[in-house]
Amino acid sequence: MTPPDQAPGTPPADDLERMSREDLVNAGAEAGDVHIVHREERFPEPGTPVEKRAERQVALAFGITGLAALLCCVAFIAIPWKFKVGDNNSYRWFTPAVGLTMGISLLSLGIGMVLMAKKLMPEEVTVQDRHDMKSDEFDLRTTGATLTQGLADTGVARRNVLKTSIALGGAGLGLMAVIIPVGGLIKRPTGLGTTPWAAGVRLIQVDGRRVRPADLQPGSLATVFPDVPDGLHRSDTPVMLIRLRAGSHITHREGQGNFGWGDYIAYSKICTHLGCPVSLYEQQTNRILCPCHQSQFDILLDAKPIFGPASRPLPSLPIEVDKDGYFVAKGPFIEPIGPAYWERRNDYNERNTNRNG
Amino acid sequence: MSTGARNVAADGAVRRRRGRPGAAEKAGTWADERFGPAGPLRNLLNKVFPDHWSFMLGEIALYSFIILLLSGTYLTFFFEPSMGEVLYHGRYTPLSDMTMSRAFDSTLKISFDVRGGLIMRQIHHWAALMFVAAIVVHMARVFFTGAFRKPRETNWLLGVLLFILGFVEGFVGYSMPDDLLSGTGLRITQGIIMSIPIVGTWTSWLIFGSEFPGTEIVGRFYILHVLLLPGIILALITVHLALVVKQKHSQFPGPGRTEHNVIGERVLPTYGAKAGGFFMIVFGVLALLGGLVQINPVWLWGPYEPSQVSSGSQPDFYMGFFDGLVRLWPDWETHFSAYTIPAVFYAAVIPPGIIFTALMLYPFIEAKITKDTAVHNLLQRPRDVPVRTSLGAMSLVFYLVLLGSGGNDIIADKFSISLNAMTWLGRIALLLLPPAAYGVTYRICLGLQRHDREVLEHGIETGIIRRLPHGEFIEVHQPLGPVDEHGHGTLRYAGAPVPKKMNTFAGVRRTVVGFFKPVELPARIEHEQIEGRELESTGDGRRGEQTSERDKELTGGPHS
Repeated sequence: MTPPDQAPGTPPADDLERMSREDLVNAGAEAGDVHIVHREERFPEPGTPVEKRAERQVALAFGITGLAALLCCVAFIAIPWKFKVGDNNSYRWFTPAVGLTMGISLLSLGIGMVLMAKKLMPEEVTVQDRHDMKSDEFDLRTTGATLTQGLADTGVARRNVLKTSIALGGAGLGLMAVIIPVGGLIKRPTGLGTTPWAAGVRLIQVDGRRVRPADLQPGSLATVFPDVPDGLHRSDTPVMLIRLRAGSHITHREGQGNFGWGDYIAYSKICTHLGCPVSLYEQQTNRILCPCHQSQFDILLDAKPIFGPASRPLPSLPIEVDKDGYFVAKGPFIEPIGPAYWERRNDYNERNTNRNG
Repeated sequence: MSTGARNVAADGAVRRRRGRPGAAEKAGTWADERFGPAGPLRNLLNKVFPDHWSFMLGEIALYSFIILLLSGTYLTFFFEPSMGEVLYHGRYTPLSDMTMSRAFDSTLKISFDVRGGLIMRQIHHWAALMFVAAIVVHMARVFFTGAFRKPRETNWLLGVLLFILGFVEGFVGYSMPDDLLSGTGLRITQGIIMSIPIVGTWTSWLIFGSEFPGTEIVGRFYILHVLLLPGIILALITVHLALVVKQKHSQFPGPGRTEHNVIGERVLPTYGAKAGGFFMIVFGVLALLGGLVQINPVWLWGPYEPSQVSSGSQPDFYMGFFDGLVRLWPDWETHFSAYTIPAVFYAAVIPPGIIFTALMLYPFIEAKITKDTAVHNLLQRPRDVPVRTSLGAMSLVFYLVLLGSGGNDIIADKFSISLNAMTWLGRIALLLLPPAAYGVTYRICLGLQRHDREVLEHGIETGIIRRLPHGEFIEVHQPLGPVDEHGHGTLRYAGAPVPKKMNTFAGVRRTVVGFFKPVELPARIEHEQIEGRELESTGDGRRGEQTSERDKELTGGPHS
């Protein structure tokens, strides 16, 4: 009954019948190059107080597992979980109670298992032989020969026409495999450097109200949007309308001296660094801070960056007041708003704010 | 070893079972006749794993991933990956009638209108943090102990890839709820993508389908997050583990341990029981976190609007160093007449590119410089490789400065420090601290090495001061092994810890078991120590003479 491919050193079937369980385990281990060099019961003498104690600890852990799991189910079913504002706050206990009981249950199951392995299961030191990953010379050479012969048999190596055609075919196939799935995703970037802001577009607040010069206190700021479809939710439209305190004087960028209206001035709210809304306005210093990466812009220098990673000023929106007394844009932004990109031109006088007004 | 009597008993049991095959044996035979697993299964059960606490770090990552798959699958039952707009009518009335995307609406639904939904969401988020954190710490272990050396370079590469993928998967995941915080993060990411020269805008349009934010991104992220990325991660983890099994786990030098063996415990029963238990412990900790510690309460942030931001907005911790890098980098932009290379490109694209490339190539660079072509299965103690250890410490400090700078606005606020000062502090620290860390670590490594040698040569300080006849005071040193004619120890350093305290060295008595009162007699331990154990000692069993047995262990000789 011995199978023909039986490994050398394996005992014959008759011997297997006679072997004890421990002998079988050892023989199996040896077959896998595993040598159990030391194996010892933790408690050679059964029933000692120490053993009973270890047993109790493990049993306690498993007991807690069941109990906590049960409590978890009870909490899940019994505790009111529906959120209500105000009067009834019992929902607050639902998630913590479920998490606590679930966590305790799983944790004590894990602790019980580890305790069992460390305190009750036999102690062992086992050595397993480790062999180099490198194959032996025979395998290496025969596999190498099989591979090279197989490739040589295809005849590609000595047929140059075939080689060229395979290279061309492969290149075409590769291109196709990229173009077909990716092609549909590629879109020409449109609208770069443009926003819906244009001459005559009304400034509205987030609730849709239009803005009049009397609406803002000196030294305050309002976020305004263009009165166009989707103007409230686009990423390039938010603008800060700032009313300067009396006596503040802005050093304007070249050619932008007439962008403000009275003591009002408007800047894009989108940070020129990475596009966060710059929303922290410090009235005392006339600075604007971006909360994302702490770029700071000085309003009195026409929103020039004075600290942090931003390198370009916030673009200024030219504004005026229409005949009904409401703010409108006098024209579009004259430069792209928000973060820079490769195609962005650089002839907007962004770096020479201080030269003249 | 078992006694003969037990063997006989076991033998008898086997015989009886053979007479009437039980259900388990029948099932086993049924399976074996069809799939023939007996041989491979036995070898798998007998596989030996070495034991060290630091080998559990990778396990934490693995178990967190399993929990991520389970909790994530549950969340898909309720999450709607759509940016279509709805008015909110759920239980969380403070947001009633607000316009929001279906993605945000369904995230609120999971949090408030699904029983147990919130805890699942929180377990999922905590597990994601645990996953990336465990990968980072596991990677540090592998780095500092030289476990990446031949033949394990491929597994290091796979590990770095898993780290990057875990990172991306986490970011994509927390971007999906479309809340104010994640939307801001997405906006920043889009700005970074746009900064890439030539292809930046095209890539942004490819990913978002239109101008930011568009209407596609949540749907696209969803399929990435629940299918593509986890699929790739799962495949890489499988290969990562298969390689560990095939190459066998590395081990620290120690008694009997060589390059050609593994000493430890077999999978069945001990290692398996410990690993299974550890999975439950990780799961339990995540359940506790998910239930007790609130994370990402999106209802407080509100839906994303490009015009709004919450101050002090922080990403998940693993994105923090990225944020720090972007905050600290100066405003150096390159201008051509019609083209721009934004400052952000130099801050957020090039440095991470260099960092990850260096990380991937490190095993090959080190092997090339040290001209090391040998196979290494024994790990190194960090002190024994001062250059690598110092490089690692340097990188960690670099990382920590960036991570801290990612939250420098919070630090500035809580400690009333100027924000600008924090930024400058970060910039200076980023340049000065890493080299300083290199120098300090190098010195510490050398000091530890010297101390090891000193103890091997002169012995352990016993704390016993003796006065010699002529009045001189000396401290008695306990040699670790045999000494030469000058009284110097002859043991050589073998890459394993050297005992530095008497307690860790000679046979002190083991503790009497019992918490409130002893459950065994102290005399019993005495008896055990004299009779049972291998400690061959004089009467009190406290300070044994050195024996050849002990010598072998310290020199890493063959285990008896």
